[in-house]
Parts: sequence; C-alpha cells; structure tokens
Amino acid sequence: MNSLSVRGLTKTYKNGVQALKGVDLDVEQGDFFALLGPNGAGKTTLIGIVTSLVNKTEGHASVFGHDIDRELEAAKACIGVVPQELNFNQFETPYTIVVNQAGFYGIPRPVARERAERYLKQLQLWDKRDKMSRGLSGGMKRRLMIARALMHEPRLLILDEPTAGVDIEIRRSMWDFLREINARGTTIILTTHYLEEAETLCRNIAIINGGLIVERDRMSSLLRRLNTETFVFNLRNSLSAAPKLEGYGTTTLVDDHTLEIEMAKEQNLNDVFAVLSALGIEVLSMRNKVNRLEEIFMRLVEGNANGRGGVGADSGALTAAAARRQGGHP
Amino acid sequence: MSSVAQEALAPSIDLGVIRWIGFKTIVIREYGRIIRIWGQTIVPSAVTATLYFVIFGSLIGRRVGAMGGFDYMQYIAPGLIMMAVITNSYANVVSSFFGAKFGKHLEEMLVSPLPSWVIVSGYVAGGVLRGLLVGSSVTIVSLLFTHLHVQHALVIVAAVLLTSVTFSLGGFLNALFAKNFDQVNWIPTFVLTPLTYFGGVFYSVTLLPGWAQTLSYVNPILHMVNAFRYGFLGVSDVNVWVAFTLMIAAALALFVTAVMLMDRGSGIRE
Repeated sequence: MNSLSVRGLTKTYKNGVQALKGVDLDVEQGDFFALLGPNGAGKTTLIGIVTSLVNKTEGHASVFGHDIDRELEAAKACIGVVPQELNFNQFETPYTIVVNQAGFYGIPRPVARERAERYLKQLQLWDKRDKMSRGLSGGMKRRLMIARALMHEPRLLILDEPTAGVDIEIRRSMWDFLREINARGTTIILTTHYLEEAETLCRNIAIINGGLIVERDRMSSLLRRLNTETFVFNLRNSLSAAPKLEGYGTTTLVDDHTLEIEMAKEQNLNDVFAVLSALGIEVLSMRNKVNRLEEIFMRLVEGNANGRGGVGADSGALTAAAARRQGGHP
Repeated sequence: MSSVAQEALAPSIDLGVIRWIGFKTIVIREYGRIIRIWGQTIVPSAVTATLYFVIFGSLIGRRVGAMGGFDYMQYIAPGLIMMAVITNSYANVVSSFFGAKFGKHLEEMLVSPLPSWVIVSGYVAGGVLRGLLVGSSVTIVSLLFTHLHVQHALVIVAAVLLTSVTFSLGGFLNALFAKNFDQVNWIPTFVLTPLTYFGGVFYSVTLLPGWAQTLSYVNPILHMVNAFRYGFLGVSDVNVWVAFTLMIAAALALFVTAVMLMDRGSGIRE
C-alpha cells in the first residue's frame, strides 16, 4: 500500500493562479521521499491539499488507502506535518504546545506527557519546555514543530523545509533523528531547498515545477544520469583570463586564483592536470563545485522553464517526459 | 522492530476517542487561556458591574424607585449578570478563534483528525466556560449590593447556558469571517452593545411607547435577559416559553451554520 497516492490533482486559486495542473504521485510505505521544486512550483499547495489546509479544485488523494474525500479524519490521523511557516501559539510553552497537539489526535494526556518528554529531549528542547515559545531561537522553533508533528507517532511525516534557518550542526543532528524515525517505519516526505539534504537522506525523488511533476525517479538513478561535473581548481599563480581548454566544457575564472572547469564523465582528471600543466598553470588543490543533485535540479527546472535543456545524455528523454506530462510537445 | 515502529505500521484509529479527547483538549486549552490572562478575561466585567451598581443602582437607582415591583438595584442585577455572560462568551470565542487564525496556530487543529463540529463545540464550550466564570463573579459583586432570590433555578441555568452558547457561536462566526482585528470589533461595538442596552437590562419595556415595545420584541437579547430575570424575580416582559424557543432555535441555527462554514473552509482555507 502506498503511503500517499495522488491522481490528477489540480488547484486553481481565486486569483486565477493555477498552482497544480494535474499532479500524479505515489509515495511508497516506509520511503524517505524528496519533493523538490523552485519557489512557487506547487509543493506547499500539494502538501496543503493532502493535509486539508487547502481545498483542491479537482483530483484525488489518499493516505494509506484513506481517500481524503471519503475518509478525511482517518487520513489525517495518519499524517504528521511540519509546515514551512511557524504555526504554533508563540505565547504558549513548548510543553503545552506538544501535549495539546497530541490531544487533537486523541492521545490521552498521561501518554502525551510521556511522549512530550521523550521528543522534547530528543530534539534538545527539554530545558526550554516551560519557556514562552516566542523566546526560542529559529532553530529551536523548527525543532519544536518536528516534536509536535511526532506526538501522535504518525505513519506519514511531511516536512516542508524543516531545516530552513537551522545551523549546520543542528541540521545534521536533525538528519540523524529523521533517519532514525524513518528506520522505525515512518514514511517521510521532505521538501527542502538544501539539495544536499535531499541527496543525503532520500531514496526517491520527485521534482515539481510549474504545477507538474517533471521528474520522478530513484535518487541513485537520477544522479547516474548526470554526465558532467564541475571542478574548482585553486591556483598557485594568478590568471588574468580563463584559459581556453580544447575538448572541455565551460571554463570560468571565478577570481584570479580560482578556476572552474566543466568536465564530461568520460574525461579523466589526469588529462586536465596535464593540459593545465602544459599551460604553466600550477594547481594547489581541487574540489567538486556543487552537489550533483543541485546540478540536475537546476537543469531540469531551467530546462522546463525554457522548454529546452535537461540532464546530460538523458536530457532529451527527461524534457520529453516533462513536456508530455504538461500535455505539450518536447 | 520497536513498539513505535509497530504502532506506525499498524495503528488502530478510533475516531470516537479522538473526538472526545480532542474536544477536552480544546476546552482545557481555552480554560488555560482564560486563566492565564485573567486580568483581561474575568476582572473587567466584575469592575464594570461594580460601577453599574454604584452609579445606576445606588446613586441614580434611589430616585428611580420601583421597577416591575422590585427595587431598581434588584431589578437590574439579573440583566447585568446576563450582559456580562453575553459579552464575555462572545468575546472569548471571537478573540481566541481569530487569534488562532491570525497567528496560524489554528492549523494545528485543521490538520488534525478533529471534525468541524468538534472544533466548533470545543470553542463554544470555552466561551460558555468564560461566560459562567464571569457571570459568577458579577453575581458575587451583585450580592454585595442587593439580595437575589432564586425563584426558578432550572430556568436560570437553562437561560444562562443557552444564551452563552448562542453568543459563543456568534463570536465563532464573527471570527470565521473577520479578516482583521477591526472586523473582530465591529459586531460587538455596533450590534451587540446597542442590542444589550436596548435589551431590557436597565428598564422594563412596558415603560416604552407602543412602537418601541414592538421593536424591542425583535431584539433576541430582550428575551434572554427576561427569561433569566424570570428565574430570579418571577417576572418577565416576554413569554418565557417563547424566549426559550427562540434561544434553542438560534443556538441550533448558528451551530449548523458554523459547522457548514468550517466544512467548506470559509475564512480558514484557500
């Protein structure tokens, strides 16, 4: 059974904006799933419809087989949601917030108190349990929303930008925590702008753009499609212009000591070093420019926006698939 | 696999339990809010009632003489209690629900499995709770100034509960439609206050000319105040049975409307 199944979901807002244009999506039980897309792509609208914060225009959605039109209460009982925007009462304490939230899901108060202690401790908020929530730091507020979403131990946890504004140390501890939750059997759907986060955590991915799913694949399969990579070379001596390298992709001089070179998968680094050496350019160190998913994401989104482009050797197939989903031509 | 995992994979969903615990949670939360800001929720009405008793009852009331066969202070006491119940029931729900909507923490409930009728009932129960707490405090104040004899205890209880439910629902609908804090204040200022003052709190409608009496009977607060006064003094300007019929009908109609609007997402969902 799928944790989430969406068919032909559309949403047109009163102002005429068509946020979703017929989304089909399945998320398997136990998955750690990334739902990515640029701002305004339709991610939050899709989550809003599933969690009943937004009324859909057309289509169907079900959560663990519970149709949101016919069994809304049962569907919602399965979901825990961490929204993008802060949505707790800032004048209440973290402890009150999480205990009350458990109550809204029918968790008896003694059980809720036990869970409140467990989750607030796990998310390093126990010391702040009796402080006014508005006094918490941005990262603490985000963690409070995660603790709140877990109070009824949902089968499906939806996280909409859960680590926005959270420092790297806490973000990584939150990743470990989410992996643990997922390992216990909870399906997780994650939207994030930190693509490294999605690449690190998620097994499957969908990319939404302009209200349509433009890509849906296993993370590993998607990453394999990328056939170029950009490397950053730190140089001993300064350069005034980027050298022209035959047979390589774009070469960019970031500053007088930093050179970026785009390389195809089949090209090896020894050859690059040899070419650079022949030009009298001495390399001090080298690193990969961006995480691979970011590169794919940008190509998909930009390609989709321009009606061209795509990912490496499969770019044609991807763009064609995206166009077919939009009912257009590749 | 841990117990948490098993629970995550095969939970049982008892909607009845969810609804009951959810309802209690809303009421507990509302009670917590009323007590936390008691200086705004409970005290002001007691202070206002004291001033009314001092000025209208003690200073001016002596010159007014008897009203409906009772001294003036005794006559206005039930009306002042009811006035406090009406304004506080309304104010509690409108401010709490609109605050939740404005601060977005209403979403905590909207994403939960609680159906609309449970959410409406929870907020209404909170409004009734504050109405009763404030009504009790005004009753205590009134006992410092006059004697209250209970003629029909059941009538008192039924009238205060029905009135409180009705105005809590009114506050809920106001909050549902309100888009800003100005709109939260419009109805209490321009509708509720005039209706209350013309609702027979301070006078018997028999003192009014014929046309004004007829107009007064359209005012639902007149019926509520008089039903409540009948419970204490045994006198009323209106037929008590008609008053109760109106109160029940109003409460039912408002409840159904509130639940329907919640289900449609009016004012709370896009």
